[in-house]
Amino acid sequence: MDHNKKKSYLINAIAIVALYLVFFVLIQTKTMNNYFVGIAIMTCIMIIMAMSLNIVAGFLGEMALGHAGFMAIGAYSSASFSIALVDSGLPLPHLVILILAMIVGGIVAGIFGFLIGTPTLRLRGDYLGIVTIGFSEIIRIFFINFGPTGGAAGLKGITRLVNFNNVYWITILVAVLIFTLGRSKQGRAIISIREDEIASEAAGIPTTRYKVLAFSLAAFFAGIGGALYAHYQSFLEPSKFGFMFSIEMFVIVVLGGLGSLTGSIISAIVLTILPEMLRGFSEYRLLVYSLVLIIMMIFRPQGIFGRSEFSLTAFIESLIQRKNVKNSIGGGEAS
Amino acid sequence: MKKKVVSVLSVVMLIASVFAFAGCSSSAKSDVIKLGFIGPMTGDAAIYGSSADAGAKLAVKEINAAGGIDGKNIELIGYDSKADQTEAINAYNRLRDQDGVVAVIGGTLSGETLAMKDIMVKDNMPVLSPTATAVEVTQDAPNIFRACFLDDYQGQAAANFAATTLGAKTAALLIGTGNPYSEGVSAAFKTAFTAKGGTIAGSESYGTADKDFSAQLTKIKEMNPDVVFVPDYVQTVGPILQKAKEMGITAKFIGADGWDGVQVEYADAAQGNYFTNHYAADSPSPTVQNFIKAYQTEYNKVPNSFAALGYDAVYAMVDAIKAAGSTDSADIIKALNATNYAGVTGNLKFDEQGNPKDKEVTIIKIDGGQLKYDSTVVNN
Repeated sequence: MDHNKKKSYLINAIAIVALYLVFFVLIQTKTMNNYFVGIAIMTCIMIIMAMSLNIVAGFLGEMALGHAGFMAIGAYSSASFSIALVDSGLPLPHLVILILAMIVGGIVAGIFGFLIGTPTLRLRGDYLGIVTIGFSEIIRIFFINFGPTGGAAGLKGITRLVNFNNVYWITILVAVLIFTLGRSKQGRAIISIREDEIASEAAGIPTTRYKVLAFSLAAFFAGIGGALYAHYQSFLEPSKFGFMFSIEMFVIVVLGGLGSLTGSIISAIVLTILPEMLRGFSEYRLLVYSLVLIIMMIFRPQGIFGRSEFSLTAFIESLIQRKNVKNSIGGGEAS
Repeated sequence: MKKKVVSVLSVVMLIASVFAFAGCSSSAKSDVIKLGFIGPMTGDAAIYGSSADAGAKLAVKEINAAGGIDGKNIELIGYDSKADQTEAINAYNRLRDQDGVVAVIGGTLSGETLAMKDIMVKDNMPVLSPTATAVEVTQDAPNIFRACFLDDYQGQAAANFAATTLGAKTAALLIGTGNPYSEGVSAAFKTAFTAKGGTIAGSESYGTADKDFSAQLTKIKEMNPDVVFVPDYVQTVGPILQKAKEMGITAKFIGADGWDGVQVEYADAAQGNYFTNHYAADSPSPTVQNFIKAYQTEYNKVPNSFAALGYDAVYAMVDAIKAAGSTDSADIIKALNATNYAGVTGNLKFDEQGNPKDKEVTIIKIDGGQLKYDSTVVNN
C-alpha cells in the first residue's frame, strides 16, 4: 500500500514536471506565442476556480451559485493590497508580492465565506443556492458603487505579476491541497454529509461545522483564483463578476462531474479553450459552444468523469496490463 | 474502462488541435496589410461593436477599391470581445500573434480597451479606438489614440448648448448610477453649466436595471427646471422620455450620443428634445452624404455614430500608414500624431494625449421621428 502510494506520487510528480517542461520548451522556442500563453494562464485560473467550487458543489453536494462573488472579493482585496504594496516602494520581488496578495485575497474571501456560510448552512435544501446568488449580486453591486476601487469604471493600475511559470505552479499547489483535503479526515467527513446528512450526524460528525469549513475553504481558494485573475488582467471591472460568470463555473464543475477534481480540471481546460477555438466562427461560436454543452449533457449526464477520479498511475497500469494480456494471447497463438 | 480511455483521448485530441494551429500562422505579410478590429458583436453591447465593425469594413472596402495602400490591399480581421475583458485580451493577443496585424482599430467599449491597454502599450502597437470614451484609455499610452470625443468634452458641449443656445437658467440631472458613461457626462455637464451661470436645480439617480422612473421624474417635475439632462443609452432614455411625456413635464430633455437611435421607437416621446452626437445624417457635407449613401447601399440601413466613427478610424489609420510609408509601429505612431483628417465625424487631429483636438460636437434635434441637424458646438 505504502509502496503503491509512493509510486503513484512519483508518477504524478514526473508527469507534472514533464508537462511543465513541455510548456517551457514550447514557450522558449516561441512555438507557443503570447496568445496561447494567455489562454493557458486563463485556463489555470479557471482550473483553480472549478476545483474550489467542486469542494462545495461536489464534495459537500450543495448548490453554490455565487462563486464569482468570492472571486471578486479575492480579486479586489488582493489588487488593492498589491497596489498599496507597490506604491509603498518596498523592494520586494514580484513573486513575493503576488504570493502575499494571493494570501490576502484568499483570507478575505475565506472570511466572507465563513460569514455567509455560518447562518445559511444550518438550513437544508436549496437555500444556499439562493443565498449565494444574492450574495454575489450584492458584492457586484457593492463594487459598482464603491468609489475607492474605481466603482463601475473599474480598478486600474494593478501590476501584472502573473506569468505562466508562477500560475502553473500555483495551480499545481492548489490542486494538491484540494486533493489532499478530499482524502483527509475532514474531507471524508464532508463527503459523508453529501451522502447522507442524517447518518453522518448520527455517526457523530458535527455537520454544520464541516459544512462551514468546506464553504470557507472553497471561498478561500476562489479568492486565490480571483487574486491571480486580477494580477493577470491588471484591470478589474465589476461587471465581469456577474451571475453568468458563476454559472459558467458551475457548468464547468457539472460537466467535469460533481465531486471529481480531475473532471473539473479537464472540463475547465476544454471549456476555456473551446470558445477560443471557435473564434473563427465569429457570431456562431456562442451557438456552437452552447450546442456542445447540450450534447455533452445528453450523452454524459453525470459529467466527463462522474464521481470518479482519473488516476495516471491506474491508467498506466491498465495500459501495461493490457499489453501483457495481449502478449500472452499472442504468445498462446504462436505456440 | 474503454469508454473512459476514449473520452480521455478525445479530450487530449481536442487540446492538441488547439496547439496544432500554432504552427500555421503569421506568414505572408508581403501583399496585404492587416488591420485588427475588436468590439462586442454578441451580447448586450453587440449593437456598438457590430456597428463600428460595419463602418470599418465599409472603409476597408472603399480603400481597397481605390487601390489600397501603395497597391497593397488591406485586410480587416475583426474579433468579438463579448464586452468581456478576458475575451478582449485573448482577441488582441490573437490579432498580434496569429494574424500579425500592423495596427488595431478598437476596442469599442472603454472597459475592454482598458483591459488591453497594458499589453498594447508594452507592444507599442498603433491603436486607434473609434469609440472608447473613458479618460484613462489614452493616458500614459503614447501608442493609443481615439477618434471620438471624451465624455467630459461632450458634457461640456451639452452644457454650453443648453446655457447659450437654449438660454436655460436651471437644469436637473437624471443620472444612472453604476454607469460610468452617465456619471462622467453628467459631472462635466454640471461643472460647465454652473460655470456658464446656470443653476443645478437638483439631481436624481436610478440603478442600471431600473425600469420605472416615476419617482425620480415626479421630483424633477417639482423642481420645474428649464432643461433635464439625461445622458444614457436608448433602452433607458426611451422609457424615461415616455414617462416624462405622460406626466406632462414640459422641460426640454437633453442627452448625449447614447441617444442615437431614439427616434426609431420613441419618436413621439422624444419630439423636440436635443442630444449631442458625433455626426448628423442630414448634414449637407458631401463627405457625410457619400458615407451615408455607401453605407446604405452596403447594409441597407442608416448608419449610427458608431458606424461613422469606425469608418473614420480606419481612414485615419490608413492615412497614417500611408504617410509613414512603412508598417513599422513607431513610424505609424509618429504619423498618427501628425494626423489631420477630415472625416465624417468632423476634423480629426490628435493632441499630445492621443485624444481628438477641438473636435466639433453636433447637436441633433429630434423632430417628427427624424434626427435633424441643429448646430455645431466647439468647446474652447
